[in-house]
Amino acid sequence: MTQHTPLWEVFIRPRNGLSHRHCGSVHAADASLALQAARDVYTRRGEGLSIWVVPSADIVASDPQDKDELFAPAEDKVYRHPTFYEVPEEVGHM
Amino acid sequence: MSTVTPLYTFVLRLADDHLILGQRVSELCGHAPMLEEDMALPNIGLDLLGQARALYTYAAELQGLGKSEDDLAFCRQERDYLNALLVERPNLDFAHTIVRHLLHALFAQQLWQCLQGSSDATLAAIAGKASKETAYHVRHTSEWLIRLGDGTDESHERAQEALDILMPYAKELFEDDATTQAMSDAGVAPLPSSLFEAWSQRLDEILAMATLSRPEASLGLSGGRDGRHTEEMGHVLAELQYMQRAYPGLTW
Repeated sequence: MTQHTPLWEVFIRPRNGLSHRHCGSVHAADASLALQAARDVYTRRGEGLSIWVVPSADIVASDPQDKDELFAPAEDKVYRHPTFYEVPEEVGHM
Repeated sequence: MSTVTPLYTFVLRLADDHLILGQRVSELCGHAPMLEEDMALPNIGLDLLGQARALYTYAAELQGLGKSEDDLAFCRQERDYLNALLVERPNLDFAHTIVRHLLHALFAQQLWQCLQGSSDATLAAIAGKASKETAYHVRHTSEWLIRLGDGTDESHERAQEALDILMPYAKELFEDDATTQAMSDAGVAPLPSSLFEAWSQRLDEILAMATLSRPEASLGLSGGRDGRHTEEMGHVLAELQYMQRAYPGLTW
């Protein structure tokens, strides 16, 4: 079955002004059928105004084994969070 | 007091088409060839049932006997159902399901479009909603037929076979009689025959993309509009009517 119907990732934009969010995947023969399948599977309760589908095979993913070198260095850099800084009262609302 | 008017007959025919096709499509809930279609087909079936409900409610009102949409949908005898034979044809395989639906949806799409300008305000309102739903049904089934026809050897063969078997049933959709003539005269609905040419042209375009060949014009099979059905109709009704027959008046 999957030989003729590869996997597609589905992204839905729920409202104007919001970004498309990944919500799942579907199997389909080609792009337009993938779009229809995404509509049928993921927008039955009025979840979306726009759909993107992307061939799953075209997504480049990071290797889970690389997580230490990719993500660990960020762990001790608390000063990158805005909450690290005290805002002087004189500044008022930022 | 009640009278069977041409308008009542017309609305009932339309309602029965949508109920029976909706029932056929719903049979595939949990049995579709892939998960995505298992969502898509019942979705479409629910659209059809929704259209049928609106039409039955209106038909019951026209009939004036105080009956409900459920009485009309579930509590009539086989000979009282006026759907075209096409919609009661069984889901022999996925190709049959798709071809049957496409043949009907291409017809329904045009009919709803015309009915939006109907002199009958209720039908015009129902048509407004149904048009959007039917446009998607045409899209879904035509895109599938193109993939089946232009797909593998087996899918092509099965799609062609379904087309050969179902095509003779399509003619009935376009038959005129006293009822449709009365509707046309009153500005309620177009004569079915007037929709044939555009239907035929659109079908040919889709079949060309699907690399399928249109079967030679053959004798049309009809009778449904007068309540004369094929053997399968009894089986459809047995399942459709079971709950209301076994537990009359049952509600959710």
